[in-house]
Amino acid sequence: MTTATAERLLGLVGNPNVGKSTLFNALTGVRQRVANYPGVTVEAREGSVALDSGGAARLVDLPGAYSLRPSAADEAVVEEVLLGRRGPRPDAVLVVLDATNLRRNLFLCSEVADLGLPLVVALNMVDEARRAGIDVPTEELRERLGVPVVETVAIRGEGVEELRAALAQARPVPREGSLGEALEARLASAPGACRWERLRALEAEDPQLRAEEVARRYAWITELLHQRGEEDLARARARTERVDRVLLHPVGGPLVFLAVMGLVFQAIFTWAGPVMEGIEAAFGWLGGIASAHLPGLLGELGTSLVVDGVIGGVGAVVVFLPQILILFFLLGLLEDTGYMARAAFLVDRPLQSVGLSGRSFIPLLSSFACAVPGVMATRTIPHRFERLLAILVAPLMTCSARLPVYALLIAAFVPATPVLGAFNLQGLVLLGLYLAGIAGGLLVALVASRFQRRRGRLLPLVVELPPYRWPSWRGVLLKLRVRGGDFLKRAGTVIFAVSVALWFLMSFPRQPVESGLSEAEQAALQLRESYAGRLGHALEPALRPLGYDWKIGVGILASFAAREVFVGTMGVVYSVGEADEESADLRAALRNERDPRSGRRVFNTATVFSLLAFYVFALQCGATVAVVKREARSWRFALGQLFGFLLLAYLAALGTYQTLAALGYAA
Amino acid sequence: MTTSLANLAAGRCARVHSFSPGAECALNLMELGLVPGARLTVVRKAPLGGPLQVDVTGAHLALRRNVAATVIVEPLAP
Ligand SMILES: Nc1nc2c(ncn2[C@@H]2O[C@H](COP(=O)(O)OP(=O)(O)O)[C@@H](O)[C@H]2O)c(=O)[nH]1
Repeated sequence: MTTATAERLLGLVGNPNVGKSTLFNALTGVRQRVANYPGVTVEAREGSVALDSGGAARLVDLPGAYSLRPSAADEAVVEEVLLGRRGPRPDAVLVVLDATNLRRNLFLCSEVADLGLPLVVALNMVDEARRAGIDVPTEELRERLGVPVVETVAIRGEGVEELRAALAQARPVPREGSLGEALEARLASAPGACRWERLRALEAEDPQLRAEEVARRYAWITELLHQRGEEDLARARARTERVDRVLLHPVGGPLVFLAVMGLVFQAIFTWAGPVMEGIEAAFGWLGGIASAHLPGLLGELGTSLVVDGVIGGVGAVVVFLPQILILFFLLGLLEDTGYMARAAFLVDRPLQSVGLSGRSFIPLLSSFACAVPGVMATRTIPHRFERLLAILVAPLMTCSARLPVYALLIAAFVPATPVLGAFNLQGLVLLGLYLAGIAGGLLVALVASRFQRRRGRLLPLVVELPPYRWPSWRGVLLKLRVRGGDFLKRAGTVIFAVSVALWFLMSFPRQPVESGLSEAEQAALQLRESYAGRLGHALEPALRPLGYDWKIGVGILASFAAREVFVGTMGVVYSVGEADEESADLRAALRNERDPRSGRRVFNTATVFSLLAFYVFALQCGATVAVVKREARSWRFALGQLFGFLLLAYLAALGTYQTLAALGYAA
Repeated sequence: MTTSLANLAAGRCARVHSFSPGAECALNLMELGLVPGARLTVVRKAPLGGPLQVDVTGAHLALRRNVAATVIVEPLAP
């Protein structure tokens, strides 16, 4: 340390599933947040570790990687951070190795050593190694690498204090001469500040050298381990193999998989229900109090801003939180036990046929709760093209914000006729809407992946199937907190901003209060004459062919805050006051609405299904657009997706309406 | 006698021999331990042309069939 004030920066690297996050948690405690590297979209966290010398160091948990070198389409985050190309260069690196699988783990370590940075090595999972009867060569590694090597059991906090103490003793690993004479001779004359940079420069000129380099590294490891890593490690996997025989069974595996996913769905939609109702009630109560007491203080307009803009906006975000947290919790659990990799293994084949892979499964599954965490979850897909593909189709999965819209329209217009005894028509329509979204997503993926195929690149699925492990509750909960906070920040700010903007569009210009109008009628008048109302009127000619009038147009505009706002907005347009999807008044108002020109019912069968078709495909969600822009790092992509899906929705609605109208369902 | 990894039946052991020319992910696979000379075991194959589960000195990897087809191996006696 040169100056007392300069905080030391430590990088934490390791293969996936070595217990790196658990160790990170043990070292930093709860003081952690999502690390922000400009342009980095993979998950990285940072926190601070108290050093023995008294000060603290910043520890950055870099994404798990098998090699520093990014393969063709992956992000080069780990390498760039460690070379100091994204912010300050770390002062030292903590390398986490899985003691049950040293050979493969040491490969990354040998690459990191070539960076010339001081290292400390943590040998994690020594408990598992011992249980399996593996003799962990801690002393040999310490001697041959010349750096501190500390045995740890991260889940139990064992060895963490020793590791913390060792951080001050980080040393570079002498690697000179390790790559064989020929390569070393050329390396000596190559440009670059460290061996790694010189290697990269050499290989940029002559890519053939890489195979030689990789083989040399493994030869170095074999020598380092004295043949030890070669022993049969099957014993360490005996328990895992017994479980896999069931969970990856050709028939049993998919059945268990469906059951697990069913459970996740069930949890998201039924367990969250009561909490969500509670939250809605709480915000309603808050709004009620504000409406009662604020007018004296802020006037009518100020009250409306607080009640409809602020409280409504915050409520729209918070109401999703229970679902999102349950989703994140279950996903964290499935990840840490090792089941997620099995799920990817099982669904890879079907997803492959549309250009996706098993790794896209989780983002798509998450999108059934909300596309925002779904898009965020694509960070775990290392392959850039596939990640973009998953981001592209995620918003087509039916998110829970669409449900109130579906529920309102189906309950009001689809009779609950029994079908084939066990089903009823309402349920079947809902199922159809889900399936339409999935089919649309798969089709879009299929078409988009054709473009890529033409450029001739295969998506290699290489997933590690780690041993099953008991997750640590602390780890799962910390991950939940960090991800939940990230969600609130990303989605919350946008939803809130859009809500306030929409409040403005619907509240201005102000209309004078007319005598003889009820409160609800006055609100309807205000909306009709507002900017939003005028926009709805302006859009009407374009919406006519879909069977919509300006009122539906306003509802669609309002959906950009979050789709379920459609329902409340319909309540205002139709002068029924406060309304949710279960409001009988609103259903009746929709049923009775007639087109002033033709006198026909506005919500006829053709319009209702056209509207449903529109909601299946349209990307009406400011938060999704914002998060897509961030994750895809491209406004062009985000806006292209927004307008592309709006067009898709328009065409689907147009086709639906015109077909049904031609069949006589528009009366 | 060599064959491709995709042709090995579940339960068979083999040694990595080489990669078919032009194999795009050969280097990625080598980094994961599939270097020439390394011993591997096919643990199972997912049904309907799904991925292979391969044990490479203790680490279990899932490889797609088209990727496995680029790995040339020498089968070892069972
Ligand atoms: N037996 C054992 N399990 C561990 C140890 N460290 C972490 N785990 C578990 O291994 C799994 C993966 O850990 P995680 O920290 O998420 O790995 P990462 O992918 O490297 O960040 C989790 O279920 C942990 O609870 C350890 O030292 N021993």
